[in-house]
Amino acid sequence: MGMYAILFERNLIKIAIGITLLEASANLFLIVLGYRTGGSIPVFTLAGEVRSMVLPTPQALTLTAIVIGLATSALLLSLIMLLYRHYGTLDVREIRRLRG
Amino acid sequence: MNWQIHLPALVLAVPLLGAFASPVAGLGGRATRNAWMIFISVLTTAVCIMLWQKVIAGGTAVYVMGAEAWNITLPSGLSWPVRIILEVDAFSAFMAVVGSIAALAGAFFSLRFMDRFTGLEKFSALYFLLVTGMLGMQLTGDLFNFFVFLEIASVASFGLIAFWRDRPEAVEASFKYMIISTISAMFILIAVGFFYGRYNAVNIAAVARMLQMGYAEKIALVFLVVSLAMKCGAVPMHMWTPDAYAEAPAGVTCLLVAVSQASLYGLFRVCFSLYGASLGSTVVPWTIIVMGVLSMFIGVTMAVIQKEIKRLMAYHSVSQIGYILMALGVGLLALRDPQAMADYGFTAMKGGIFHIINYTMYKGLLFLTAGAVFYSAGSRNLNELGGLARVMPQTTFMFVIAAAAIAGLPPFNGFVSKLLIYQSTFAVYPLLAVAALVTSVLTLASFVKVFQTAFLGPAKKTYENVTEVPASMLLGMSLLTIVIIALTLFPGWTLSHLVEPAAKALVDQAGYISAVMGGGL
Amino acid sequence: MNPLSVVVRTICDVFAWFMGIYGIYIIIHGHLTPGGGFQGGAVVATMAAFLLVSHGGKKLLSFAKPGFYSGIETAGLLIFITTGFLGLSATFFYNFLAGRGGLFGAVVPIGPNSGILNSAGTISVMNMAVGLEVIGGLSLILIYMFKGIRLFDDQTGGSETGHDR
Repeated sequence: MGMYAILFERNLIKIAIGITLLEASANLFLIVLGYRTGGSIPVFTLAGEVRSMVLPTPQALTLTAIVIGLATSALLLSLIMLLYRHYGTLDVREIRRLRG
Repeated sequence: MNWQIHLPALVLAVPLLGAFASPVAGLGGRATRNAWMIFISVLTTAVCIMLWQKVIAGGTAVYVMGAEAWNITLPSGLSWPVRIILEVDAFSAFMAVVGSIAALAGAFFSLRFMDRFTGLEKFSALYFLLVTGMLGMQLTGDLFNFFVFLEIASVASFGLIAFWRDRPEAVEASFKYMIISTISAMFILIAVGFFYGRYNAVNIAAVARMLQMGYAEKIALVFLVVSLAMKCGAVPMHMWTPDAYAEAPAGVTCLLVAVSQASLYGLFRVCFSLYGASLGSTVVPWTIIVMGVLSMFIGVTMAVIQKEIKRLMAYHSVSQIGYILMALGVGLLALRDPQAMADYGFTAMKGGIFHIINYTMYKGLLFLTAGAVFYSAGSRNLNELGGLARVMPQTTFMFVIAAAAIAGLPPFNGFVSKLLIYQSTFAVYPLLAVAALVTSVLTLASFVKVFQTAFLGPAKKTYENVTEVPASMLLGMSLLTIVIIALTLFPGWTLSHLVEPAAKALVDQAGYISAVMGGGL
Repeated sequence: MNPLSVVVRTICDVFAWFMGIYGIYIIIHGHLTPGGGFQGGAVVATMAAFLLVSHGGKKLLSFAKPGFYSGIETAGLLIFITTGFLGLSATFFYNFLAGRGGLFGAVVPIGPNSGILNSAGTISVMNMAVGLEVIGGLSLILIYMFKGIRLFDDQTGGSETGHDR
């Protein structure tokens, strides 16, 4: 879904949304990797009687990936604002001064 | 206390400290900021060289971040590799030295080049973040850590390419680069996820030990190869290279060249040390070779017709990456067969690795000279330039050296590495060597064109009061020139002390694993 | 951006402090419950967004200066990297404060327990450093993006054009 938006949409903001979708899917994939059937949340405080916990390591990996994704999205949106100021349009087919 | 064991971490910590403290240093005005930038760059280069010496003397260095052992031992006796480690073998140390020299040259150059820009303490912080990301990619022994450093380097480079925020082309170039780079980074993340899901570890040595080639590993391999080749600028994912390299400020482009080498390092670490002997068929090496040949051709043919200096050089960058990919693809092809390895594989790898250091040095120098021309003459368009050799003699001299090196003229270092590549690829498939030779001729042709157009010829009226660039920029360029001349004068020493340990370390997957895990495969 | 009505403004004034406290709670308890530096910092940064929406842009820019947030961000970063260097006695980023008593050093018994806030050594310090940095960084992003939007209304671009040529 995200790839379709990135490849085929013409509005810059929609491309940015596509990238956010792509990142969200990758992060979701990482979290799901840690699932153990019938596990509870991997928090030790006041845990009580638990038999198995979901793996916490992919949650740490995913948190890092989310932060990275946030930084990229923030930069992407700032660049879109700058592009709008320079080119006056958000249509990606018009923003082609560099070619050849 | 022996502080030499902390060298791998210091290589990462020093530029990181430089990045974080840059806003503070910037409070003291221009002089403090410049002094801090130079200080940190010199310190980074010194630490990298010391690390390289240590690895050559003592074997692969493993450094555990944040704890004392690389595995965690539960009370039940089960030990599992969970720590983040830095594993530095000869190839990593070699690439770290190359990258830090390029960073130092770019830092010297940027001192005066960036004078017209505002917000320079952020430039310095981003610059050092990019250096940290590059060095981190080259030193880490952990897959997810590699992804994190790759993203640090990428985000820093997005900001640096768009630094010239008044030029719409720069912002457009950064935007295009950002989209492609983010997509490829997500694919790398998914590949790392595959490995974690199957083997419950992201430590490269641990995964390499447990690796069994199945469906998921093949998909992960495809993702990793394609994404990392994209970050180097290999065809068919090269579209961002001319835009991004041309529109970035010149010192940044010099560093971007080194960063693309870091992702090349990642590609070969994945192919050689992670998959290594498990790489079943010959599809992957041939794919890399084909990508290399295509890059060489398309890069140089697109370069001949360019009108703008830096765009032309960026296309040459694509073609030189093609050389390296081809050489290392041949090495990968010969990995399973010791006889083939002794015949041509090892020569190919030596040629490829020597070409990495040659390429970084002369391509960095070329971009810096183009930046110097732009700083003095104010134009990058070859149709407008002319007759600059009279007013900029030192820049012209360094440009001639770099152009001769890239074209592979004897006796320069470019010739030596290209000769090794021709010899070895001829043994695999003669057409590959022919393609490489034709590319070399076309490279020479296009650089003769640039030299004649920009530097020779009668002095033009518009450039009458153009002067030579300031001394600090010359210092940065001459640093790279000195390294090129040193590589030219001592190819034997370079090959046997720099390149050969690196090639041996790359081929030796068992050694890589046992340095971390202890014991054999 | 125009300020919203008095009712909204009063409620937002109260709620903004609540968000700040909640965010700081998440940061400090990062080693015991889900959360930590980044998550808590993001919650506190939405305080800036909250005040922006309710009070309007002019008022926000008058009391939230970018220099202040930049200073917080730099302070957070410097604490982070200094803590890393201090652990250099064993390895970089080594947790030299854990298990030793004193500040942040209470020993934790094995097994589920009610969380001990004083434990976990340098992890807590780094949580707080990262929290500071994220607060500064995200608030800065919001403020600068808002300034960027105002550039379009002005049509002159303010002080951000004309240089860098």
